[in-house]
Amino acid sequence: MSNIQQLNDLSTQVRRDILRMVHKVNSGHPGGSLGCTEFFVSLYNEIMELKDEFDMDGIGEDLFFLSNGHISPVFYSVLARKGYFPVEELSTFRMIDSRLQGHPTTHEGLPGIRVASGSLGQGMSVAIGAALAKKLNKDNHLVYSLHGDGELQEGQNWEAIMYAAAYKVDNYIATVDYNGQQIDGATDDVLPMGDLKTKFEAFGWDVMEIKEGNNIEAVINGMKEARTRTGKGKPVCVLLHTVMGHGVDFMMYTHAWHGKAPNDEQLEKALAQNPETLGDY
Amino acid sequence: MKKYTDTGKKDTRSGFGAGMTVLGRTNPNVVALCADLIGSLKIQEFIDENPERFFQVGIAEANMMGMAAGLTIGGKIPFTGTFANFSTGRVYDQIRQSIAYSGKNVKICASHAGLTLGEDGATHQILEDIGLMKMLPGMTVINPCDYNQTKAATIAIAEHEGPVYLRFGRPSVANFTPEDQKFEVGKAILLNEGTDVTIIATGHLVWESLLAAEALEAKGISAEVINIHTIKPLDEEAILASVAKTGCVVTAEEHNYYGGLGESVARVLVKNQPAPQEFIATNDTFGESGTPAQLMEKYGLNNKAIEKAVEKVLKRK
Ligand SMILES: Cc1ncc(C[n+]2csc(CCOP(=O)(O)OP(=O)(O)O)c2C)c(N)n1
Ligand SMILES: [Mg+2]
Repeated sequence: MSNIQQLNDLSTQVRRDILRMVHKVNSGHPGGSLGCTEFFVSLYNEIMELKDEFDMDGIGEDLFFLSNGHISPVFYSVLARKGYFPVEELSTFRMIDSRLQGHPTTHEGLPGIRVASGSLGQGMSVAIGAALAKKLNKDNHLVYSLHGDGELQEGQNWEAIMYAAAYKVDNYIATVDYNGQQIDGATDDVLPMGDLKTKFEAFGWDVMEIKEGNNIEAVINGMKEARTRTGKGKPVCVLLHTVMGHGVDFMMYTHAWHGKAPNDEQLEKALAQNPETLGDY
Repeated sequence: MKKYTDTGKKDTRSGFGAGMTVLGRTNPNVVALCADLIGSLKIQEFIDENPERFFQVGIAEANMMGMAAGLTIGGKIPFTGTFANFSTGRVYDQIRQSIAYSGKNVKICASHAGLTLGEDGATHQILEDIGLMKMLPGMTVINPCDYNQTKAATIAIAEHEGPVYLRFGRPSVANFTPEDQKFEVGKAILLNEGTDVTIIATGHLVWESLLAAEALEAKGISAEVINIHTIKPLDEEAILASVAKTGCVVTAEEHNYYGGLGESVARVLVKNQPAPQEFIATNDTFGESGTPAQLMEKYGLNNKAIEKAVEKVLKRK
């Protein structure tokens, strides 16, 4: 277990990793990655019960599925810094012959990844399947997943949401990165989704909100609370309020950095706002 | 060899956007739909000029295809816009039932086709879309070769009755066909006359084929180059006439050889006049992250690979 200062230091280092990764290949998705940094750092260091070695079946440990695969930079950084693969490998992100594909895949055998994502809207179904397998295996561990808010516009999510409640998939916590942004603009301008909390509840889920999704303590406490709500006959949804681009002032509160890399000058500015803590890769 | 000049590299998706702008101004029945990828599809100008004829559906491609089918009922000509993967595999049954089987006049416009979208990697790099679409009865499949031709094709398909799959891409590629050309659906274009081998290419591999033909000429090999922008219906006459003369073929496409242009050409040949054929296509594989040039090299899709395939097929004559 780590203290809050250590986790904040890790978050800052992860932000540096994200920025340097996307800058090097002039592509990738910093906005959502920066916004979900505290979530990933908390999940992998404070919330999930994990075995020392990665294996695909993950029996006897908690599982995580990233449905909004475009925020792979934050996922890769947190996995590497947790020890799933060498931190130096982050320098190969999106390059030819790399295990760190633009969107996470199992194809190259990167430890920590259990299914490909990138085409949006498919992760919740997979997570439900994995949660059902855990039940069949009498494995008491939990399944976690993360989804973009824009991603919820995909109809497959609502098929999954309906199923999970109807069949009481209560060993499952689905988190939504509620940043209010997607590619073409604010979700409210592209396709307003109305009241997500009420919608999930109407489908039969237990819904809670983490209002400060970029405050590490708030995220840890919220996710611990979510954990206590499992096993009670309902799937659990966490609406995680984040700021896209969090931690870099000129990237915040806009969709502009959803899928755009900083240039040299912008990188320097962004890194200055996130001073090195654990050492760059 | 006939000389072609690259007037400056441009992305074919921008050709699509330019074509949409023209259609917006000239054809009041044309409407556009997009699934949260306006910037990538380059249709902002169409939207600005015709806001009431544009539908932002959000990240919901299946709904987009169904809505497009519905818009035809009442005489609209819907153009849907998203990446090639999400235009085809993602929504296959919606296209199959509501568009193709129902005979709806929908234009499925697909950007970021193939490997050369680059760094996003295999989840986005569909190499099966030509196959998926050509298997649908009544579907027309078009893969133009450059910016100018994509613009012309976009404009032309509005006049073509029936469902169309229009495939284009993200990278900047040579722009060498005439500006304001007239695009004829289903009509192959003979770019260079030759006597030793026929190279039949689609998409930006047409330019790679011209480069290969030039290099081959220096080695004393005369290559005929055909731009087969329409994969279905295929211009069988043009293919047969050329192969009757040269006696062998290389096909070139940015697609899996299963289900691609090459198989369509092979079928025409075996039924009429069997001839040796080599395939420039991906070899039953998914793609990966990388730059377009690196990927073309690694997966054997560039002019060097075409040159080698020609040398190989000549030995089989
Ligand atoms: C099926 C599918 N359609 C479209 C895309 C292109 N795309 C990638 S990310 C994105 C926006 C996602 O919005 P959101 O889930 O809110 O993520 P955020 O922008 O907040 O990171 C879109 C449309 C995709 N990857 N998959
Ligand atoms: Mg979002």
